[in-house]
Amino acid sequence: MFMILGYPAPLMFGQLLLGLINGAFYALLSLGLAVIFGMLNIVNFAHGALFMLGAFVAWGLLEYLGIGYWVALFLAPLIVGVFGVLTEKLLIRHLYKLDHLYGLLLTFGLALIIEGLARNQYGSSGMPYRIPAALQGATDLGFMFLPNYRGWVVLAAAVMCLITWLVIEKTSVGATLRAATENAPLVQAFGVNVPRLITLTYAGGVALAAFAGVLAAPIYSVNPNMGANFIIVVFAVVVIGGMGSILGSIVTGFGLGIIEGLTKVFYPQASATVIFLVMVIVLLARPAGLFGKAA
Amino acid sequence: MMGFSRGQAVAFLLMTALVVVAPFVLYPVFLMKVLCFALFACAFNLLVGYVGLLSFGHAAYFGMGSYVAGYAAKVWGFTPELAILAGTLTGTGLGVVFGWLAIRRQGIYFAMITLALAQMNYFFCVQAPFTGGEDGIQQIPRGRLFGVISLQNDMAIYAVVAVVFLFGFLLIRRIVHSPFGQVLKAIRENEPRAISLGYRTDDYKLVAFILSTAIAGAAGATKALVFGIATLTDVHFAMSGEVVLMTLLGGLGTIFGPVMGAFVVTAMENYLAQFGAWVTVTQGVIFVACVLAFRRGIIGELGAKLRLAL
Amino acid sequence: MEISRRALLGTAAAVATVPVARRARAQANTIKIGVLNDQSGPYRDTGGPTSVICAKQAVEEFQSKGFNVEVIAADHQNKPDLGASIAREWYDREGVDLIIDVPTSSVALAIAGVSKEKNKVHINVGAATSDLTGKSCSPTLVHYCYDTYMLAKSTGGATVKAGGDSWYFITADYAFGQQLQKDTTAFVTAAGGKVLGSSPYPFPGTTDFSSFLLQAQSSGAKVLGLCNAGGDTVNSIKQAKEFGIKMRLAAMLMFVTDVNALGLDAAQGLVLTESFYWDLNDRTRAFTNRVKAKTPNNWPNMIHAGNYSGTLHFLKAVADMGVAEAKKSGAAIVERMKKMPVDDDCFQGSIRVDGRGMFPSYLFEVKKPSESKGKWDYFKTLVTTPADQAWRPLNEGGCYFVTA
Repeated sequence: MFMILGYPAPLMFGQLLLGLINGAFYALLSLGLAVIFGMLNIVNFAHGALFMLGAFVAWGLLEYLGIGYWVALFLAPLIVGVFGVLTEKLLIRHLYKLDHLYGLLLTFGLALIIEGLARNQYGSSGMPYRIPAALQGATDLGFMFLPNYRGWVVLAAAVMCLITWLVIEKTSVGATLRAATENAPLVQAFGVNVPRLITLTYAGGVALAAFAGVLAAPIYSVNPNMGANFIIVVFAVVVIGGMGSILGSIVTGFGLGIIEGLTKVFYPQASATVIFLVMVIVLLARPAGLFGKAA
Repeated sequence: MMGFSRGQAVAFLLMTALVVVAPFVLYPVFLMKVLCFALFACAFNLLVGYVGLLSFGHAAYFGMGSYVAGYAAKVWGFTPELAILAGTLTGTGLGVVFGWLAIRRQGIYFAMITLALAQMNYFFCVQAPFTGGEDGIQQIPRGRLFGVISLQNDMAIYAVVAVVFLFGFLLIRRIVHSPFGQVLKAIRENEPRAISLGYRTDDYKLVAFILSTAIAGAAGATKALVFGIATLTDVHFAMSGEVVLMTLLGGLGTIFGPVMGAFVVTAMENYLAQFGAWVTVTQGVIFVACVLAFRRGIIGELGAKLRLAL
Repeated sequence: MEISRRALLGTAAAVATVPVARRARAQANTIKIGVLNDQSGPYRDTGGPTSVICAKQAVEEFQSKGFNVEVIAADHQNKPDLGASIAREWYDREGVDLIIDVPTSSVALAIAGVSKEKNKVHINVGAATSDLTGKSCSPTLVHYCYDTYMLAKSTGGATVKAGGDSWYFITADYAFGQQLQKDTTAFVTAAGGKVLGSSPYPFPGTTDFSSFLLQAQSSGAKVLGLCNAGGDTVNSIKQAKEFGIKMRLAAMLMFVTDVNALGLDAAQGLVLTESFYWDLNDRTRAFTNRVKAKTPNNWPNMIHAGNYSGTLHFLKAVADMGVAEAKKSGAAIVERMKKMPVDDDCFQGSIRVDGRGMFPSYLFEVKKPSESKGKWDYFKTLVTTPADQAWRPLNEGGCYFVTA
């Protein structure tokens, strides 16, 4: 058997692929964070909680209304998006004139509330969510058994990232959005309803988190802590990629997934920490992140 | 007295009186917990309130202070005052290294880099054998002060904790009101301007950072002695979040705010413990309410009502 | 929209007055029992509110024998320092006589320390570490119905006997996981098996186990030992199924409540060890029938049953010696508990001199969905290990007050 760094090659290929799958979640979540930060200047600490909420909505739709996975994939982001609209209009709106830090603290509080309520209601050992029938089973890739569902996750995440990127970079809506990020009063003067644009951006970013939540539901059990486990890592991804950089967060998301995957082979205890090491190094070497514009 | 304004002097005397009387009314162990957290929050506030640097990883210094003091007292047989000193020095040392790395960045980036460093420190604590991993260091002896006075009695150790707290509190006040503190406030208000006036702001920030981490280390060390236990809780991210909550609730950039915040948050955790996850929900609601409606915090609002800088 | 500060202040003030109303002083004729466990975190369902319900059930069935019994509960959030400070306050201020449950080994060790210092009884039900009756043993402590040694012996020993002689471990990288791996390794090698490797993963916070699963598979071992608990175990098993891992799975610590969370589809065929199952015999079924209306979504597992039985046994000992005598010394109550046989609907056996509860352990296999006839019908019994063989021998624990 041929070896890579003293490990059997099939094992290493498997690990790379797994890293990519995890990276897909990082990319989706950090993409939403980056969009929100770019537009609202809010570090959305509630992102993990909203990711969890997406999974819970999908579970609830199935449990109480009998609505299955494929519909939930559209409906859950919509519902969480509406929740996002309310949050933005009622709470976050009051903070735009203030320091960034207040936004971070407010959303941190929101995360505590959402997670606490979910834990009170549903306990924390988690509820199972079935893999949809069409994606059950696994494919033998020769070097590993790839569950079809995981393959779908990478695909769906990549497509979603691409769509988001295209919308922001290539459409007129995206152009307005970018313009408003640069100079809101000017765009407002051109007759664009900037506050509404901001609300919708927040809703969009949040919906991305919920989308990731639905994707995650069949893989991890649906449980109130699922977002808290992700959020700090995802922050690191956004910071490394460059805050507010769309492309940066996508590339870094996938990249860090792979780095983390490899760490799991060589020094599994450190797999949760390696990302922070990367983050400190990147921040010291390139303060604005890998893809960020210098302030 | 030490440049207190009259309102502040009254408030300080009131607080001191409360610290002295309280253990005869309330449960002393609970009060000691409050005092340790109050000192920790004051140290944190020195950085966020007076320099404008939000550290999202202050648990690292608090927790390492607690570990080292616990280890020194239990394994090396240090007396309490030396154990607290060891904790303080740990906070200082860690502050020198982390601070040197972190103060090069500002705002969100500063928060994130302190967070990342604290996470790495947490990992170190999980792995290093001397911390006892998940079990922590348990059964740390309270020992004898100066090798003579036994601190086994709750009231005896309360006196020590109260002295440590009041000393730390006055020290922070002294720092804030010194010429050095004035420069810090100038940096908070307008850093480029401070630079153009010829101040090497990075040096000032670093010194403030180290002072803050040293006092945080002392607070952690004291807590380890009171409870006889030093664990991962003290270095965990949630602790970093909690000290932000205390300071925000009490009032950012007020002298007495963090003390009040520590009292309220600790009391809440104690009395709401029976309601399970409602503790988390309540903390969340307080965060939201503070940010939206009470940005000045309890003491800040009170001060504004009374037209006093508390 | 402006948020009215006055309204917020009013609400805050109203909330603030709530806790003040409480606080009764210790009374001479009242025995107070504190259930201290995880009410909100990962072990909420394995202990949590259902433990409180079971302790209260015991109090209800015991009926007053000339003294009052009160049950209070709190959440230690799996933090040793928080647990220790609640315990101190309960003993110092609330007049609590017994603290029961306390899952999470690190918290358990802290509570054992405080209870010993204050000479009060601690019946540990929820924690796994066998140190509680070994190097950290205490004359005021009883460790009720499971520990790492018993799990390792039952699950590990039986699996090797059934041909699973090469192992790979996926281990939560903290004291409990490491100890479970160490204990299991000892049984596996003693029975002639081999351990081919292990993946210690960061705890808490790991949700994706697929990488470790692939490493386990490529090691060529026959058995995959899961040295973790709660949600981590559930996730590892689900993902093992997803990735088509062909190894035999041994969940070293798993409860019927976890099987319920996992669903029979994913859990079928697993082997695991508990010392109680609701459907063991008429008495356990009778007990479950009495409590299940109070906890319809979470039927009792061995920890819940242990809280019931432990509370009942404690109350019997107190009644036997008289309240006034019992209030004087926790060590004396435990002494009396060790002399009396345990006999209730959940457990029958005794408490050994080092505090170890001596009950049979059962190796269960999780049923196939087709075999399950109803709600919570999950297990079939494979092996019963009698009480005298299930636990670590008395002289191997290293408990300081046990004279060989």
